[in-house]
Amino acid sequence: MSIEFDRKIHKTLEDANLQLAVYTATARLKDGRTEVVSPAELPDYQELRTQAHDLKKHVMENLDSYLEEFERNVEAHGGHVVYAKDATEVADFVVGLAKERGAHLIVKGKSMTSEELDLNERLEHEGLEAVETDLGEFIVQLAHERPYHIVGPSLHKTRYDVADLFTKYLGIEREEVPEKQTAIARGVLRKKFLAADMGISGANMLVADSGAVVLVENEGNIRLTTSAPKVHIAVAGIEKLIPRAQDLAVFLKLLARSSTGQRLSVYTSILSGPRRPGEIDGPEEFYVVLLDNGRTRLLADRAKRQSLYCLRCGACLNACPVYRKIGGHSFPWVYSGPIGAILTPQFLGLGHEPALPFASSLCGACKEVCPVKIEIPELLLSLRGEVRKAEARDRKNLLERLSFRLFAWIMTHPRLYEMAGRVAAATAPSDNGAWISKVPALMNFGPLRTWLSQRDLPPAPRKSFRELWRLR
Amino acid sequence: MSRDHILHRIRTALGRSPGQAAPELPAPRIRIPLVDMESRIASFRTRLEQLAGRVHLAATPEEARAFVADAIAGKCAVASNAPYLVECGIAALPEVRSGVTDRAELRELCATMNFGITSADYILADTGTLVMISSPREARMISLLPPAHIAVVPRERILTGLDELFSLHPCPSGETSSMVLITGPSRTADIEQILVRGVHGPGEVTVVIVG
Amino acid sequence: MVDQLMPQVGIAMADVLERLGYRVDFPEEQTCCGQPAFNSGYRAEARTVARHFIDTFEQSEAVVVPSGSCASMVVHHYAELFQKEPATLSRAESLAKRVWEFSEFLTRVAGVEDVGARFEDVVTYHDGCHSLREMGIREGPRRLLARVRGLDLREMQPAEECCGFGGTFSVKFAELSGAMARTRIEAILRTGARTVVSADPSCLMQIQGVLSRAGAPVRTLHLAEVLASR
Repeated sequence: MSIEFDRKIHKTLEDANLQLAVYTATARLKDGRTEVVSPAELPDYQELRTQAHDLKKHVMENLDSYLEEFERNVEAHGGHVVYAKDATEVADFVVGLAKERGAHLIVKGKSMTSEELDLNERLEHEGLEAVETDLGEFIVQLAHERPYHIVGPSLHKTRYDVADLFTKYLGIEREEVPEKQTAIARGVLRKKFLAADMGISGANMLVADSGAVVLVENEGNIRLTTSAPKVHIAVAGIEKLIPRAQDLAVFLKLLARSSTGQRLSVYTSILSGPRRPGEIDGPEEFYVVLLDNGRTRLLADRAKRQSLYCLRCGACLNACPVYRKIGGHSFPWVYSGPIGAILTPQFLGLGHEPALPFASSLCGACKEVCPVKIEIPELLLSLRGEVRKAEARDRKNLLERLSFRLFAWIMTHPRLYEMAGRVAAATAPSDNGAWISKVPALMNFGPLRTWLSQRDLPPAPRKSFRELWRLR
Repeated sequence: MSRDHILHRIRTALGRSPGQAAPELPAPRIRIPLVDMESRIASFRTRLEQLAGRVHLAATPEEARAFVADAIAGKCAVASNAPYLVECGIAALPEVRSGVTDRAELRELCATMNFGITSADYILADTGTLVMISSPREARMISLLPPAHIAVVPRERILTGLDELFSLHPCPSGETSSMVLITGPSRTADIEQILVRGVHGPGEVTVVIVG
Repeated sequence: MVDQLMPQVGIAMADVLERLGYRVDFPEEQTCCGQPAFNSGYRAEARTVARHFIDTFEQSEAVVVPSGSCASMVVHHYAELFQKEPATLSRAESLAKRVWEFSEFLTRVAGVEDVGARFEDVVTYHDGCHSLREMGIREGPRRLLARVRGLDLREMQPAEECCGFGGTFSVKFAELSGAMARTRIEAILRTGARTVVSADPSCLMQIQGVLSRAGAPVRTLHLAEVLASR
């Protein structure tokens, strides 16, 4: 793996406080989920998953048609749709509109898509003030960091970290009590909401038959972002579509439960178009920016297309024994956890971090909890195969390939295999039958040495099974 | 133009032609359970109280009014233009400002009042949820800006859950720019997993069910 | 792995099966199911080894495997490997129907839960991830252990969590693998059990390796060894 990846993993594993924070935060979310999807609480859970999977599959396989339907309906309700190929086009549109409207202050709702685009950076570069309003995002924005987890962006920060950030950037007296810190943020952000010229959100789902944007949250910042300013822009990947508003009866039963263990998030907003005649508040202008940024490439890969079904609930992160140890910042891109491990190589190329698909024990916990049944382990295996193919083509990692060729050769020649076994047993270090923590220097290299860095080795038995069997 | 470019890429990826319709989908999965009203009320109460919301049962609109008057005594409140609030006499309470239709004025009020009082279009029993449809009768900000939210709802509006809601409103966007499902007080656990209520939205939610 | 590192497991499994009246055959040509190559992304090499496995066991009436991950490789992943080789694919699919993980064979084919075993100890059971999630094996081993005389079975909290082996993952991401194992060990120690039982040799190797390194007074045993005890 790259030195960077190795270093980040090591650093996280060494940080006892961070280990505890990540493990307990994810435990809470994971246990919450288990309770609310249990057969006693949600007897239809497995059926709902299948439904959600099938609906997403259907939409992905007919995406052009659903996008056009969505577009028609957004416009029918007085909104506008903009298609954007990449981050630049999104930023160009937002900046252009801001300039046209004389907008200076933009409030933002939590959006992984926006993180993917580094949108804030570009906005700030153009002299616009873009303020993240989700408390966790607000904190990481001050820290100039990426979110740590899809649902809990600041789960790696202690109250002391927050106190440091607030004192430094908000010019207030130091405050270390979380409830008070929250109140401070509330006060600061309230002013921003009420003064903002534009609000930018993501979208959890886009509804084709309604031209609607569906947003879920617990704080209320998204409602404020999408209701207070005169202009609302929703930036969403093209894969966020679902066919019909009525399908929300399936998706909304799965989303919050999978994400945080809530039956529903505190606020679920179904928004379409600017405010209607007679409505007292709401935006005057409504835009949905439909983003490609590599999604059409994923769409073309039949086997891996299912990666696009993702609802960004974070359940796979909470279930993953690897994520729960290495945390969000060990991952090379904005998307972390199991879904990040399959999206990153597909969006940024296998070469970005070739070891990423291998950073998994393939335990399958992610697949078990995914509300849309994405087969993450299978996709990881597929990506591993692709990495090896690329290595063969580029003549890299030849030694390992050779070892596996040798492995295959030995395993198809039983007598060779048996002989190899006898040699290994004869030369293996013995510790009177006890497990071995050290081996003689001559043998102590490569995989053997790496194994021993973490755990002992079993003693080599005097006779193999086949030898014993022959004596039976 | 990016639109054509992206749609073209999609069609190529999927082997589809322009104008090609999507195959028909099976009907949406809507399963409405049979639950009597008393059970619905009990369920709603359990769920909302689990989330630190409050539920008060008022036998009559007068009782509802008395409860609200008591709750807001000595404080100030902004109420929506819901006819039901008028019917209950709540809109006319001395502490209540109501009948506002100007956006800026309403926002100013919502930002300064202690309470936001609304009715609700529906209640969802199985999740402890208020359904708020933005309309001339119900503005968005009233259930959002003030630190405390009181909703006064006649029991007939209590539905079993999401399935029933979407069966009655298969396309909310046809009627409104905003349908919001409110399930309990605003909350976050972003700092050290410590639960804090009233982050941006109201930290207190009280629902008065009438009838 | 059983052949070379844990032969006693194979012997135990054979003992249990013979006591139940089965005739046990050990085709000597057998080597490996090919999973290490497959998991590392070397599909061609995996196919080579898999073909050998199919050749070896094709004639067998039932193939009983003391490893959930190996059984799963054959039952669930051979089809994927041979998508482009229809002849081998159909042989693989036919064989897959006759391949059973050991506990699965006992509970679903032999239809037994009490194999007459006695093993006096405080035990906790660790589910191998492939056994659990790919093969759906969860209740079977527990029911078998529940019938072992003298055995006190305790469930870990959390009951199901990866030991961190993951094949070459244990070496490629050694520090991470070790950290995952140590978390599992903590759950084991919390049960007060003195023996950890699993039906997956790779998990046993990982868990025992870490237990031993930590100097914990807990041993590991394969399910077959417990069920063979009298």
